[in-house]
Amino acid sequence: MTLLLAFRNLVHDRVRLAVTLIGILFAIVLIAVQLGLYLGACQMIASTIERANGDVWIMAYGNKNFEEAQPINQRARFTALATPGVVAAVPIITSFSDWKKPDGGSTTSVLVGSDAAEGGLVPWNIIQGDVTDLGARDAVIIDRTYLEDFGVSGVGATAQVNGGRVRVVGLTDGIRSFTTTPFIFTTLTRARALLQLGPDQVSYVLVKVAPGVAPESVRAALQAQLPDEQVLTKAEFRSRSLNHWLLATGAGVALIGGAILGLIVGTVIVAQTLYSSTKDHLNEFATLRALGSSKGYIYKVILSQAALSAALGYVLGMTIAMAIVLTVQRMELPLLIVMTPELAALLFGITLFMCTVSAIAAISKVTRIDPAMVFSR
Amino acid sequence: MTHAQVLVADTIVKDLGQGAGTVRALKGVSLELKAGELTLLMGPSGSGKTTLLSILGCIMAPTDGTLTLAGRSTAGLSAEELANLRREHVGFIFQSYNLFPTLTAEENVRLALDVRGDRGPDANMRALKALEQVGLGHRLKSYPSNMSGGEQQRVAVARAIAGRPSVILADEPTAALDSENGKAVMEKLREIAAGAQHAVLAVTHDPRTMAYADRILKIEDGRIVGETGPPDGVDTIHKIAQVKKRKSDAKS
Repeated sequence: MTLLLAFRNLVHDRVRLAVTLIGILFAIVLIAVQLGLYLGACQMIASTIERANGDVWIMAYGNKNFEEAQPINQRARFTALATPGVVAAVPIITSFSDWKKPDGGSTTSVLVGSDAAEGGLVPWNIIQGDVTDLGARDAVIIDRTYLEDFGVSGVGATAQVNGGRVRVVGLTDGIRSFTTTPFIFTTLTRARALLQLGPDQVSYVLVKVAPGVAPESVRAALQAQLPDEQVLTKAEFRSRSLNHWLLATGAGVALIGGAILGLIVGTVIVAQTLYSSTKDHLNEFATLRALGSSKGYIYKVILSQAALSAALGYVLGMTIAMAIVLTVQRMELPLLIVMTPELAALLFGITLFMCTVSAIAAISKVTRIDPAMVFSR
Repeated sequence: MTHAQVLVADTIVKDLGQGAGTVRALKGVSLELKAGELTLLMGPSGSGKTTLLSILGCIMAPTDGTLTLAGRSTAGLSAEELANLRREHVGFIFQSYNLFPTLTAEENVRLALDVRGDRGPDANMRALKALEQVGLGHRLKSYPSNMSGGEQQRVAVARAIAGRPSVILADEPTAALDSENGKAVMEKLREIAAGAQHAVLAVTHDPRTMAYADRILKIEDGRIVGETGPPDGVDTIHKIAQVKKRKSDAKS
């Protein structure tokens, strides 16, 4: 009966129900988009680190993220190969570079050089061409999302990177960059040439450890042998990159802040409508109390109202949030909004939490209810 | 016929307000309610009727004096414990019916049972029987807004009796009704009291209700100032009810 009474109380005043649902819907959409953008940002920031076939990264000291790497000496690679537990050590070059469009103008890009044969960090999600095509003269692979930014139409197009000629031999789909600076994938040698690095210079040495060996122990062993470089496990490097782009730049804080704002606004709206609904039904709650109901019974009615509002608002909010996510995906914008089952579940939890917190004011009002008021009407 | 005592109030005192604004609303009220009796509590406005009803219904605790309901003293009980006692032993009928406008007649009665923890088919059956008992078996799915005042008050009566309480307390049950509906409600209360399972106390200003009473208590200025039997001619109504009950008992 508590659920029935809660439902009838809710639908009794349709205008108030609409206001409540709009409040929840607004909050859910805002939180979903902000957290979706946050997750999307995390995916974009960590995508290269996650995709790289290695467990430990050797890099220059103070390296804050994947894109902005200072060169290190390739000797670190041989030190790594001589370390117990290491099965492979693959050099990778990465650096910001200047892409000159065929029709004039230029755009900043991130050049990533790694040899496919060594399997360190090669482009993924290839929709046109093949990774082996990078063996061809001047070959690069770019993401189709950024074709317009690069000023090229697709495979076969030529351009210049740092003054050197490149030719697009393949396209990937969905390798987006958090900084909106697109990636250009090529071979190690070509990257070194385009960036005019010395023959011993690399950005990273990506170390693969033997099965059953803890990356942390290899990291410690390598760090001891390479005091001039920094050695991080994949998880550490991922976390460092995320911290840099999301926290140090304030981008993530803004996204989380937006989500919190949505939560606060939603809570306030729901609290207000739930409180006014409770106030309107105060005499009924007093009657319940006079009939001998426990306070818990009345709380159940109010919490059921909150939960029903949460469920209805969640369905509506998620429908709109999913429509936004799909629209953004269809529009192939450089930004990425991610919706995962975990995020959907989290959003439901947040909605329930929001509505439960919103019920506090209403519950506190009912707590002070005097059942004797039923005689004063 | 011997009636069992279900409620005993002994020297009830109630102070309302605080500090210098304290008013002694009840000044030592003692009374007993017995199953099978319909008692009227009559008195002018401000005489303490509603305060007394609140205390007898375990909604308020007395400042002094003792209340024993269904053999249990209310002394020292917390608000929640009083609510438990009220739930088990008291049925209320309010002047303004106090039905839930968003629930049907049947749901209103079922809600009172649900509050007591009575759920399921048995509770549904009891709700149905209670509504049939007040002649509303055909209005189960009607909402209060679609019912007349008399019908609404009969739903309230059904709600009060569905839980088979020891005491039914009615606050001005006929005040909002025309004479025809008022009469119908009082007849129901008379019938319920005659069932000997409940004691019925009705607070009223309405002299028309006196004809249905077994006893009439008069309260003035926080004190019971008199107790009378029903006025002349009441025996007829009383006897009719008793005859009806005997017939009904014989049938069952």
